[in-house]
Amino acid sequence: MPGLGTSFGRGGATTFQQDLQNADCIVIMGSNMAENHPVGFQWVMEARERGAKVIHVDPRFTRTSAMATKHVGIRAGSDIAFLGGIVNYILERDLYFREYVEHYTNAPVIIDEEFADTEELDGLFSGWDPEERKYDIESWMYEGMEVHGSGGESEQGFKPTKGEASGHGGHGGALSHGEPPSEDETMQHPRCVLQLLKKHYARYTPELVAETCGCSVEDFVEVCETLVANSGRERTSAFCYAVGWTQHTVGVQMIRACAVIQQLLGNIGRPGGGILALRGHASIQGSTDIPTLYNILPGYIPMPHAESYGDLDNYIEANTSPTGWWGHFRAYFVSLMKAYFGENANADNDFLFKSLPRIDDDNSAYWTVEQMLAGKVKGYIIAGENPAVGHANGKAHRLGLARLEWLVVRDVVEIESAAFWYDSPEVESGELKPEEIATEVFFLPAAAHTEKDGSFTNTQRLLQWHWQAVEPKDDCRSDLWFYFHLGRRIKQRLEESEEQRDKLIKALRWEYPTHSAIQEPDAEAVLQEVNGWEIASGKFLTGYPELKDDGSTLCGCWIYCGCFKDGINQTARKKPHWEQDGHVAPEWAWAWPANRRIIYNRASADPEGNPWSERKRYVWWDDGEEKWTGLDVPDFKEDKRPDYVPPDGAKAEDAIAGDHPFIMQADGRAWLYVPQGLEDGPLPTHYEPHESPFDNPLYSQRANPGRQQNQDLAEDPYNPVADEPGAEIYPYVVTTYRLTEHHTAGGMTRTVPYLAELQPEMFCEVHPDLAREVGLEHGGWATIYTSRSAIEARVMVTERVRPLKMKDGRTVHQVGLPYHWGSRGLVTGDSANDLAHMALDPNVHIQEVKAFTCGIRPGRRPRGPELPRFVAELRQQAHSRRDQDPRVEPEEARKTS
Amino acid sequence: MAMELSRLLESWPALRQLREGDPLGLGKAVQSPRSQSLVPRIDEAEHVVPSICPYCAVGCGQLVYVKDGAVTHIEGDPASPISRGRLCPKGQASKSYAYSPLREYKVKYRRPYGTRWEELSLDDAMDMIAERIVETRADTWETETEDGNPANRTMAIGNLGGATLDNEENYLIKKLMTGLGIVQVENQARI
Amino acid sequence: MTVADGWETYADEQRERVGFFTDTSVCIGCKACEVACKEWNLVPDDGHVWTGNSYDNTGELSANTWRHVAFVEQEKPLLTNGDGGTGLRWLMESDVCKHCTHAACLDVCPTGSLFRTEFGTVVVQQDICNGCGYCVPACPFGVLDKRHLAPAPDLPAFAKEDGRVWKCTLCYDRLKGGHEPACAKACPTKSIQFGPLEELRERADARLAKLEAEGWNGAQLYGRDPEDGVGGFGAFFLLLDEPEVYGLPPDPIVTTRDLPEMWTNMLAAAGALVVGVAAAFVGGRS
Repeated sequence: MPGLGTSFGRGGATTFQQDLQNADCIVIMGSNMAENHPVGFQWVMEARERGAKVIHVDPRFTRTSAMATKHVGIRAGSDIAFLGGIVNYILERDLYFREYVEHYTNAPVIIDEEFADTEELDGLFSGWDPEERKYDIESWMYEGMEVHGSGGESEQGFKPTKGEASGHGGHGGALSHGEPPSEDETMQHPRCVLQLLKKHYARYTPELVAETCGCSVEDFVEVCETLVANSGRERTSAFCYAVGWTQHTVGVQMIRACAVIQQLLGNIGRPGGGILALRGHASIQGSTDIPTLYNILPGYIPMPHAESYGDLDNYIEANTSPTGWWGHFRAYFVSLMKAYFGENANADNDFLFKSLPRIDDDNSAYWTVEQMLAGKVKGYIIAGENPAVGHANGKAHRLGLARLEWLVVRDVVEIESAAFWYDSPEVESGELKPEEIATEVFFLPAAAHTEKDGSFTNTQRLLQWHWQAVEPKDDCRSDLWFYFHLGRRIKQRLEESEEQRDKLIKALRWEYPTHSAIQEPDAEAVLQEVNGWEIASGKFLTGYPELKDDGSTLCGCWIYCGCFKDGINQTARKKPHWEQDGHVAPEWAWAWPANRRIIYNRASADPEGNPWSERKRYVWWDDGEEKWTGLDVPDFKEDKRPDYVPPDGAKAEDAIAGDHPFIMQADGRAWLYVPQGLEDGPLPTHYEPHESPFDNPLYSQRANPGRQQNQDLAEDPYNPVADEPGAEIYPYVVTTYRLTEHHTAGGMTRTVPYLAELQPEMFCEVHPDLAREVGLEHGGWATIYTSRSAIEARVMVTERVRPLKMKDGRTVHQVGLPYHWGSRGLVTGDSANDLAHMALDPNVHIQEVKAFTCGIRPGRRPRGPELPRFVAELRQQAHSRRDQDPRVEPEEARKTS
Repeated sequence: MAMELSRLLESWPALRQLREGDPLGLGKAVQSPRSQSLVPRIDEAEHVVPSICPYCAVGCGQLVYVKDGAVTHIEGDPASPISRGRLCPKGQASKSYAYSPLREYKVKYRRPYGTRWEELSLDDAMDMIAERIVETRADTWETETEDGNPANRTMAIGNLGGATLDNEENYLIKKLMTGLGIVQVENQARI
Repeated sequence: MTVADGWETYADEQRERVGFFTDTSVCIGCKACEVACKEWNLVPDDGHVWTGNSYDNTGELSANTWRHVAFVEQEKPLLTNGDGGTGLRWLMESDVCKHCTHAACLDVCPTGSLFRTEFGTVVVQQDICNGCGYCVPACPFGVLDKRHLAPAPDLPAFAKEDGRVWKCTLCYDRLKGGHEPACAKACPTKSIQFGPLEELRERADARLAKLEAEGWNGAQLYGRDPEDGVGGFGAFFLLLDEPEVYGLPPDPIVTTRDLPEMWTNMLAAAGALVVGVAAAFVGGRS
């Protein structure tokens, strides 16, 4: 997540689940941890049993709320108002951890005088370009410093592009010099970061929070007081979040707002502190570290961009930070090219850099769907994902699949994305007819996790190996098998080709040992390549500091370097926790980076290197041994003294001072203010969701100006919003979520009898007041509709989804929708995602399914051709009303000075 | 005859109850042959394979019990410092997932405009997919962008998936697709 | 202390009496126990019916559900001092067979199928049960139930129709192998604790004292008392409200309280019968 990456330097959870037991307060927000991470939640319960406060801030009262010592209900999508309110509470009362903030964050840094805040520009930062609908970030810089990109150049350098930062990764930007030239250690300068923060959040008062979020002033203040009372030298507080934050058009900034709070309270890098990003799939973290994402190569190395990077040196220079660990970018990149292309990549041919494919602004999943609808994408391979149910606006996805020439679906069961051509809402409505769909579909059965070797990277950056237990039956194969043998067959076909375009694929190193009758590739051999070795000796590398930029080392993912250290599969280590001292258990599996479990842990010691307190000791400087030591692997150069001052001209990590714990950042500090690396502002700002019944109480700029919209895409129409005429047709806030009993789009659970029976039917959760208002009956049926579609669900009337009192006494009702159902499986039902739109966060292109608007009425939905007619009639009504008085937002209207 | 009588009387519950000090027949006397010889099937496994749960990202440890080439049971691995042997309903059901009544074991093929699935061998399917990629790629190759910048790619093929895949699998996907000039490689992490 | 009926018959083979302490104050309602039970015991699924009763779609304990998580949504604060936010609470409780000290089901079973194990638990023996169903109304908790399933030819375990009674065995086979029951092992928050009953009672007392000191609203032990109407449960609970709120009988009484005398009479009759039969054989020989 760039929210974490830009703030701290690495896009991963800063802590590990077991360490939650050491927290004095845990705030769970944007997450329903008890339901979606039940086994991880045991560590929250451990903390609670030890007396910790557990606060759950969420639109619904969930099984997490039931376990919390405090639940605060807020309106879906209002999180930044709440978090910004906490920032204001801390700053207004000078309750921040002064020593931590002064030394470990960029609070003292003075920002360029051209910078203008949202407070001055009514909701926009300086640099907004209404034509391009994006920011020119030049004015956001530190005073007197030119910004260098560290993977950031592709985002902001030549021509700013839409969100090249990755979904769950992304790393900090870089600056030209080790220490910012303009600083005020007293943090009083009006343009220093701390003062800018104060100004930015001054209007986020408890009263404003209450009327924006719909909570009480008392509840909000209690959260602030609890957090502050449980932070500091002696105490620490942790935050847990999940896709309740990421799935918004301001998702990255929600995480950023949390990062600001945790910096001000001094809770990063310390036991019982941190930000635990709770990922939803077995290897979400892994699939961004070793990405199947368009914009990065393994280890968050940016994909080369079509509009930049003439040659290798340009590319390297643009992505190398003079200071911090991104200073060795060339070594990381060259070692990757050696892993990809072996001896075919060498210094003489720029390691084949020029032959690498280039990306454009946004080539992400939702963009691809638009391209499908436009007939530009011909072939698509889906492996272990179910976009027909799991992605926002399922209908657009299914229609897109119907316009492909060919489609490959690999899964354990026949999911909706494989069956769309004969079993889908569009076939039922007559919008799609099998005999008119040209798509050729290959369904290939996949192997289950018990049928293959491999590693998952869990939510705390931990790579854990799972061994094959049994052979897959019949045609079932691992994805390792599929892609390996597919590559082999393609290479065979192109063996004789002289075409320029085939040069790269021919140069690809593609030899892995295989075993068993089906010729399964050896997964450990792949992991060895990921770890890397010295080419001359074949010796496995022990860590990324050993990587060379001259082509003498090979490494498939530099941040994973060390996972096969000493020729041992470190990820397969299974030493029982009871045989290890303490809760860190470093000999269970392997965490990136360098097996560190809490990262930035040098911050668990004070600037002089001593623990902040005995109670919170973790990593400290041992003066006798002249090294950092403690309970974890120090996330710092082991022998760098706390009083180390970089000499002139120091490079890379040598330029980071001994009292700056954030070693991936160019200045070694955590960033309260992010001058570079984000598309939508250096400071989190409250914006309303793309679809919301409310105006922004703070600015006339209503929603995130940088959000990605599909204004011209017929398949993705939007509801009128706020005070626009027509908004009354879709007056309620809808939020989607998962239940303990199911997993995402249901392919792995609606197909299992024991899980299907536990939540057998699609339902909606509504409050008794809303039920009365529209005539819904508990246990009956409701039809929920948006401009995109309409679905039906059984009605669960419950106090757990409470109406909230907003500004001017206005009440807002929220409708809760689990999103697990589709047309296939042992239990079936309509898909909540069919209702959602595809407006996206500009940094990571993630959809806003946690807060949009809908209408609801009693009864089942229309069937057959009546369904699209029903949806269209309401939409036309809403849109024709809106068109009489459309809202014009500052993001479109105002030219910046 | 006396033997038979004696056996008959022995097996008569009431007598067994009296003899075994269980006159009411509540305990030991009525223990059935099956109860006497019960063995938990995890003790009969030929292999116990350490694994990791495939659902969410908590990363719970699992022990997979195998007999006669089939998984007979999956339960939590107590050695894991994260999960300490515990599992949620999904993780606990992962054996039933692998043996789902809806599980597919054979390749299925739907030809353009087809109205039903057809059979296809895995080998043929692999060849056909390889051919589709090679042909689509050749037809849609972009050496340069419209603006004349280097492109080296096809924008007509995409690959989606990876968040429940292994790191090694993702590594091969990204490597192969990059080699092929396919840049639309995405996964659930985006979603 | 009250001894579980039938347990004493094991003499040297008797093992420590074990059971469950289900602490609902840490139950997150995940239903891992329900699934773990079914996975281990190969219990068939119980039908795909949405009840609308909060998140409970299992409904009740039955032949095909041996752990059942009850969900109760309440307008009551978690703590008596009003703390806990919205004043709403969501109680969750994993119910199970109580493995009563005085178990009526055991008393009424005419075949000896229901019996007390060496661990002090109450188990239906599937090789004995003939499906007479006498035990079903005898249980004060409604735990016992006959399995009525259409035959499932694909699944060897369920190939023929079954009219037998099924319920929690406290994982009798696992206990014999030295393993804890599947539900307790899976439970993510250790709401379900397994162990020697005496130890569990001590743990429960300490837990209740802690919750009372913290002011938890309605915290009480249910079935812990060996002097109650069933002699105490082998599987007892810490609840956060009255038992009725969870659908549990407030004061269960063993339905066969008067049975011992009846059995004595029956045994006398049986004794007479033995004599009679033997006499008949002897007579026949002569």
